[in-house]
Amino acid sequence: MRRTLAKASFHTALNLLFFALIGTALLALTYQLTRDTIARSVEREKLKLVVQIAPATAYDNDIMKDTALLAPDELLGNDDTTVAYRGRLNNKPSIAVLEATAPDGYGGRINLIIAIFRDGRIGGVRVISHNETPGLGDYIEIAKNKWVSVFNDTSLDNRRDSDWKVKKDGGLFDYMAGATVTPRAMVKAVHKALQYYALHRDELFAQAAPSASSGKEKK
Amino acid sequence: MNSQEMKEIFLNGLWKQNTGVVQLLGLCPLLAISNTVVNSLSLGLATTLVMTLSGSGVAAIREVIPNEARIPVYVLLIAVLVTIVQFLMNAYVHPLYLVLGIFIPLIVTNCIVLARAESFASKNGIRASALDGIAMGLGLTVVITILGGIREIFGHGTLLSGIDLVFGEAAKSLVITVIPNYHGFLFAVLPPGAFLALGMLIAAKNWLNLRAERKLKGSNATLTPVDGGCAV
Repeated sequence: MRRTLAKASFHTALNLLFFALIGTALLALTYQLTRDTIARSVEREKLKLVVQIAPATAYDNDIMKDTALLAPDELLGNDDTTVAYRGRLNNKPSIAVLEATAPDGYGGRINLIIAIFRDGRIGGVRVISHNETPGLGDYIEIAKNKWVSVFNDTSLDNRRDSDWKVKKDGGLFDYMAGATVTPRAMVKAVHKALQYYALHRDELFAQAAPSASSGKEKK
Repeated sequence: MNSQEMKEIFLNGLWKQNTGVVQLLGLCPLLAISNTVVNSLSLGLATTLVMTLSGSGVAAIREVIPNEARIPVYVLLIAVLVTIVQFLMNAYVHPLYLVLGIFIPLIVTNCIVLARAESFASKNGIRASALDGIAMGLGLTVVITILGGIREIFGHGTLLSGIDLVFGEAAKSLVITVIPNYHGFLFAVLPPGAFLALGMLIAAKNWLNLRAERKLKGSNATLTPVDGGCAV
């Protein structure tokens, strides 16, 4: 009796293992087939965003090619090396586009892309990806609402540290009723990114552009 | 499989056993994503694709999997299919992928997929099961799209907004403004509006059923309550 039971369990386990292997193989194959296309669409999507927040008059170089790698930093909120895009006007640094993460959104991480002029003013902020509640917290997307443009032209100079909060918490930033966790996380992340920029600006622009192969973003 | 059976499968999926208004299975995506027509239709079609594939997949392997291990294998199969669909959408309809986001992987947890695998595909042939997946998926798609239409009109005053995410910028002209200068009605956009609209759809379907029955049997026909499933 015990023998047959053990045998049956073994048989079942083998079966499961077999299907798990087939499933893994199928997934690996699809991943391989779609990987490049996905990377390209992500890149294209990003370029569209960069063009929105970094005005074309602010730089005359090929901004998507002039990249710098930023090591993970608490102020940027990310755990991985990220890519920053550097805009130059007449070969002088004029604008930088960098990625930042708000770790404390309502649905987890909110990934942002922020354009900052050399003088520390924000050109614009866009959300790359988020898991905020549809219909409630997703007004941070420019496609849904203009809200995210509250950050335009703000800087560490024209806003005091205590202003970097939503109005409900005594700061200067608007939010929408029903979802305060989301804008709170965003304001904090943008504020920190500005602080990061203030500390690392010269270093960021001075960094030699990485060679084409290492400049590829690793996901 | 003769045409009578085929008809029966389609009738079940689209009307008699409709997942959205009769079986009440898979309510989570139904209620959450049905805020616009485009969102609803896209998720409905993605679910239909997964259900067709999982139905035929389960039917194909039903003879070889031991009975005790069948549910894990079904779940594994469905998860693999959904992930493949997710990869494909990410690669080829990227903007739509960004909109549907978390709800694509959540098709795995939509219990209608597993329910059909267990109650239909595990007992029927590949063709019948694929057909059942299509019929059930289309039934869901129709309900979720109507729901999306109602909520979009009341919530935003438009129809087909966001269609440019699927067909590119050129399709923006297809967006229909039903009520101009509408300021939006948050209630319809939020989940409570979805519950209310779904309730009305169910009531409408029951009313139609009752009317048809009265025509057949006279005026004292009553509705027999339907069994609810797991409402995930």
